[in-house]
Amino acid sequence: MAAVDAYDAEREERAEERARELLRSCVNAEEWATYETHGLIRVYGQADRRPTARQGSRAAPYAYLIYPHKPIVVYAVESGRLLGEYCVAFGSERLPASDDVLAKWLALTSDERGLIATANVHPIGRQTDPERVRRDLERLASGALEPRR
Amino acid sequence: MRPGYGEVLIAEGDVEDAEQERELIAAFRAQLELGMWAAVPVREQGGRRAAEFVKRFEDVPRDAERVIFFPRAAGG
Repeated sequence: MAAVDAYDAEREERAEERARELLRSCVNAEEWATYETHGLIRVYGQADRRPTARQGSRAAPYAYLIYPHKPIVVYAVESGRLLGEYCVAFGSERLPASDDVLAKWLALTSDERGLIATANVHPIGRQTDPERVRRDLERLASGALEPRR
Repeated sequence: MRPGYGEVLIAEGDVEDAEQERELIAAFRAQLELGMWAAVPVREQGGRRAAEFVKRFEDVPRDAERVIFFPRAAGG
């Protein structure tokens, strides 16, 4: 990958615009609305799913919150308990914010175990603000992050 | 994905055209040799969106509209 020569604010702005469009084209409407409104995307865990009688399918006991240029936060879906931070970087140079989110989303939805095995795991609070995350979870639970209809 | 630029078109073509397919294969391999990962966005049942990780061109679904290359992950 070629090095970025020098910081160019206009170029970075265009890059972010393109990155947002690419992200929008990949995620579903709910994920996009969540990102557009509050700058995060939630991805449910694929491993260790357990059956639920109510849904007749399998529910994820945990989920991830993807923030741009921040660790991925994992939490327990039912209790809301914050479980940890997965610190991961894509490449040696800083991607546009929405590309960073998309890279995490692509990796989590295609190879969750591989990404988690690569990441450095830390207790919650090392790089993320637990109170902010809890507020985001409250909004998610209240439907405040659902797409506008 | 490219730092400072966002989405950059690497190559495009029709896999049913042998010459274009060869060019797509060459572009795919070049990206992986540069250290990139490749994924194909897919739609699943129930409206869920996800991605399929691909390590070989042969793993790319023939009807895939695009392959996204992104830098490999490392512990941050």
